Amino acid sequence: MNHTQPLILGIESSCDETGVGLVRGTTLLTNTVSSSMEEHIRFGGVIPEIASRAHLDAFVPTLQKALDDAGVGLEDVDAIAVTSGPGLAGALMVGVSAAKALALATGKPLYAINHLVAHVGVGLLDESIPGVGDNGGLPTNLGALLVSGGHTEILRVRSISSDVELLGATIDDAAGEAFDKVARLLGLNYPGGPAVDRLAKEGNAKAVRFPRGLTMPKYMGTAVAPGPHRYDFSFSGLKTAVARCVEGYEARGEEIPVADIAASFQEAVLDVITAKAVLACREQGITTLLMGGGVAANSRLRVLAQQRCAAAGITLLVPKMSLCTDNGAMVAALGAQLAMNGVAPSKLSFAPDSSMPVTSISL
Amino acid sequence: MRILTIDTSAIASAAVLEFDPLDPVRTTELVANFATDDTRSHAEVLAPGVKSLFKDPVAEGPALDAIVVGTGPGPFTGLRSGIAMARTLSFTWGVPLYGMMSLDALAQQVFDTPARRDGRAVGPLAMGDFVVATDARRKEVYWAKYNAGAHLLDGPHVGPANQISGVLVFGAGAGLYLDVLENNGCSIHLEFAQAQPTALELGRAAARRITAAGSLQAAGLLASTPLYLRESDAKVPGPRKRAL
Ligand SMILES: [Zn+2]
Repeated sequence: MNHTQPLILGIESSCDETGVGLVRGTTLLTNTVSSSMEEHIRFGGVIPEIASRAHLDAFVPTLQKALDDAGVGLEDVDAIAVTSGPGLAGALMVGVSAAKALALATGKPLYAINHLVAHVGVGLLDESIPGVGDNGGLPTNLGALLVSGGHTEILRVRSISSDVELLGATIDDAAGEAFDKVARLLGLNYPGGPAVDRLAKEGNAKAVRFPRGLTMPKYMGTAVAPGPHRYDFSFSGLKTAVARCVEGYEARGEEIPVADIAASFQEAVLDVITAKAVLACREQGITTLLMGGGVAANSRLRVLAQQRCAAAGITLLVPKMSLCTDNGAMVAALGAQLAMNGVAPSKLSFAPDSSMPVTSISL
Repeated sequence: MRILTIDTSAIASAAVLEFDPLDPVRTTELVANFATDDTRSHAEVLAPGVKSLFKDPVAEGPALDAIVVGTGPGPFTGLRSGIAMARTLSFTWGVPLYGMMSLDALAQQVFDTPARRDGRAVGPLAMGDFVVATDARRKEVYWAKYNAGAHLLDGPHVGPANQISGVLVFGAGAGLYLDVLENNGCSIHLEFAQAQPTALELGRAAARRITAAGSLQAAGLLASTPLYLRESDAKVPGPRKRAL
């Protein structure tokens, strides 16, 4: 294998995007994504079985298109990387089975990698991010804030290929999931994130004071004696509060101020996310925070994160959106880091792990 | 002609078989075979199992004449693992891919198994129409009806075992619902009460069909589209209840 600039083919199928990406070292060659999002709209959320069926049918065409777009053949590839978790079990199974077939049919090494860590590794591919790529590596004292329909986490990244730590995570719904559910309460379409973001611009974020999950002292503790959920999130109580609020207006026969509720809900989510992320950075000596996941597209999150990071002297990095949402290039990017750092490939007998912890960067 | 067959509709299995499509008399030769006992470890075992069928898969794979994959019916996640594997091998090696209904494998096995008396083969096991059934979970079976020559008459279906009546029933689905079936006037062959579709029998059924037709193209094999038989279970949410 070429260990200095390996050509890696990355496969992603943990949720509703079938992604195949090709990366040479830290250079993005192609990022091909086929989404089953349209098929989930009428259900108001991702239906795992529908996503799995779509992955099966999308995989080979997506692979073919990625190879065509990059102008490479499978024989040129040095190694294959695939998301082995965390994610939807049935969806992961499709990508993993296909990746194993590719590995055994070509004789190339296979890396079973962690989806969350791949969201961080993708930062290496975005040459528009200042600092990244100058020395071919990620900044030191790096943290990551991942916010999507499937996950909400704060990570500390000491080494992308060998040392990643989970500082905080949601204990119930993911942030993007809360956006979807609240969008439905307000009569907006799936996906809820963009719909709430748009409507919130016309509303007053201070109109309703919604609860900030896990911010009470008994959960937070102090820097020296942290509580049980100092950097964790919870959004299910918030979702219930929004439902009660909407029902209150209905019971009183009043018109529901949907824009105000959308703005107030969004502020409640993003206030906690950014406050806890910055708190974690300050207390853990993190000086650069990389944002990832589909919710990174939210305009208010970008503004709030930028303001709070700047005030705390933290550099905020946000890769371009096509790299923030789930894709195969991020899987390839992490695979390339593992190959370049001499990490041993995975055995053909690994099983996908729908709750793979971030401490396990590859299997 | 050398084919690779994969079936993950129940257990995970794969086989390489060789036969002459122009010589129906010559028996199909098994080159290599792999099968699990259980129905829940496809993710781990299938790829090493397929690999173990070859000395050098990278060189031998492209020389195959076809890949035949069992298209179910079967539990979805396991079924997809085999089809995803087969489609990707077909793409990578440039080998044509065909599908076959997985229950055909069990029907073929019934057809190949003679009835014995005092240890001697005395004739076919099924003298007339018969049904093969596998476990569809949720208290249901996947089933199909065949004639004595193992040609499909009806199915595949999914439903409770009491849909089947007055017929000889083979397969793990029959073993699971013995009482229901016997109350329905069915008879169960205990030798087949745990039998599952396997890639080996699927390959034999494919070879029989190909030699009968004289060529792969004329054999009327299916595409690799999975036979789910059930919808995704997703429900479109109704309008939210208003608090009045
Ligand atoms: Zn993700």
